[in-house]
Amino acid sequence: MIKVVDVHKSFGKLHVLKGINFNVSPREVVCVIGPSGSGKSTLLRCINQLEQVNEGRIYIDGEELTHPKTDINAIRQQVGMVFQLFNLFPHKTTLQNITMAPIKIKGVDKEQAYEQARELLRKVGLMDKADVYPGNLSGGQKQRVAIARALAMQPKVMLFDEPTSALDPEMVGEVLAVMKDLATEGMTMVVVTHEMGFAREVGDRVVFMDEGLIVEEGLPAQIFDNPKNVRTQLFLSKVL
Amino acid sequence: MPLSEFTFGLGILDAIATSPGYRVVTNNFVYFLGGAWYTIFITALSIAMGMVLGLFAGLAKLSKNKIIYGLSTAYIDFFRGTPLFVQIFLLYFGVLPLIYDNDPLSSAIIALGLNSGAYIAEILRAGIQAIDKGQMEAARSLGMNERQAMIYVILPQAFKVVIPPLINEFIALLKDSSLVSAITVAELMHRGDLVFANTYQATWVFGTIAMMYLVITKTIALLGDYTERRLATE
Ligand SMILES: Nc1ncnc2c1ncn2[C@@H]1O[C@H](COP(=O)(O)OP(=O)(O)OP(=O)(O)O)[C@@H](O)[C@H]1O
Ligand SMILES: [Mg+2]
Repeated sequence: MIKVVDVHKSFGKLHVLKGINFNVSPREVVCVIGPSGSGKSTLLRCINQLEQVNEGRIYIDGEELTHPKTDINAIRQQVGMVFQLFNLFPHKTTLQNITMAPIKIKGVDKEQAYEQARELLRKVGLMDKADVYPGNLSGGQKQRVAIARALAMQPKVMLFDEPTSALDPEMVGEVLAVMKDLATEGMTMVVVTHEMGFAREVGDRVVFMDEGLIVEEGLPAQIFDNPKNVRTQLFLSKVL
Repeated sequence: MPLSEFTFGLGILDAIATSPGYRVVTNNFVYFLGGAWYTIFITALSIAMGMVLGLFAGLAKLSKNKIIYGLSTAYIDFFRGTPLFVQIFLLYFGVLPLIYDNDPLSSAIIALGLNSGAYIAEILRAGIQAIDKGQMEAARSLGMNERQAMIYVILPQAFKVVIPPLINEFIALLKDSSLVSAITVAELMHRGDLVFANTYQATWVFGTIAMMYLVITKTIALLGDYTERRLATE
């Protein structure tokens, strides 16, 4: 589903990704963990081309998105992204946030888009917040709306960049629950997270990144209970 | 009230009503009001032109294309870096006659429109840049192209941010429109000038004109406050 081949990315002199190779199969949930500054966000942002790679190739569903001729907007419609800081559109209501892209980009009929949006709101447990502006939602509610907004484009893949790190502890659970439902339904997901419990329970595979490289990857149980690499051991000893 | 005070008060009113300056103002009041309407009309058209120019120049200033960026920077620098008075003369006597058979009114509107476009461009650019980068990223991640993201996500938010500075610019432009009196456009200041030249009642004439400008600018400011408050509650 996603294939990342030898990707390098630098910001000026700062070499952030130093040759990443990484595959995600359909319906797989991959959790990416690693210390701050290791390049996790940068990798996700390269996967939907919010950052351009300096070297290497990235494929989604067989299409090479690092190819100059690829219509990146069309691909982004198939890749949902959830940000740490939600990035909801503050001038639109919850329902409008969710329906904007389907209506404006896909040309979905308004009534149909609203219908679908209500369905998604039911799914994330926010039926009663349809006409509320983001400013009046709690952090956890905002993030659930953001997930619904991404799902409204019916993506094949969902990328999450630390979706719960900006939340008060008591709101983390409601967002993780929505993500878990999504995983159960068979959504292909790449989740950058510090929630080791989630990674262990929901992840099919855990990838540990450090200093721009994937240092170790494997089944959650294997990575958490029996890490082979010294740096993985060191990192886990700090966070667990 | 003692009679003496009453007659004193009447005396003042009487002195005012019979003073030559007062009569100059009352005789020309409708004429001045006409000038005020003219001023509003010129300013409104200039603002309309300035908004369109400003939007394009402001977006151009954010462009990665060096030529587009360079052109808009040159435009903005020139019109913000030289006196409006000079621009009016340059356009009316110099540049515009080369392009068409120009008259004072259209030349005035073009000069004021070009000038305000440069200021509005900077206001809009700053407003767009004030919007969190995450908004553009969220829009793009949903599959919007840059133009769609601008139209549906960035600009609606930027317009809220820029209302106060835009109102300031409108007020400044309305006041600066008095400069086009120098190319004989019959707006408020020009009419004051004409009446003054015939009567020499400087305080009465220009005092009245100043009050008329004040009423208009205050009205714009109040309208601005109102819109801002209405948008803030959304
Ligand atoms: N746009 C940018 N310009 C310059 N440097 C950047 C940019 N984005 C990221 N970096 C740098 O790249 C490095 C990797 O950043 P990245 O955000 O990918 O790390 P991360 O693993 O997501 O960390 P965190 O856990 O703190 O989110 C950091 O040193 C960061 O400062
Ligand atoms: Mg990050």
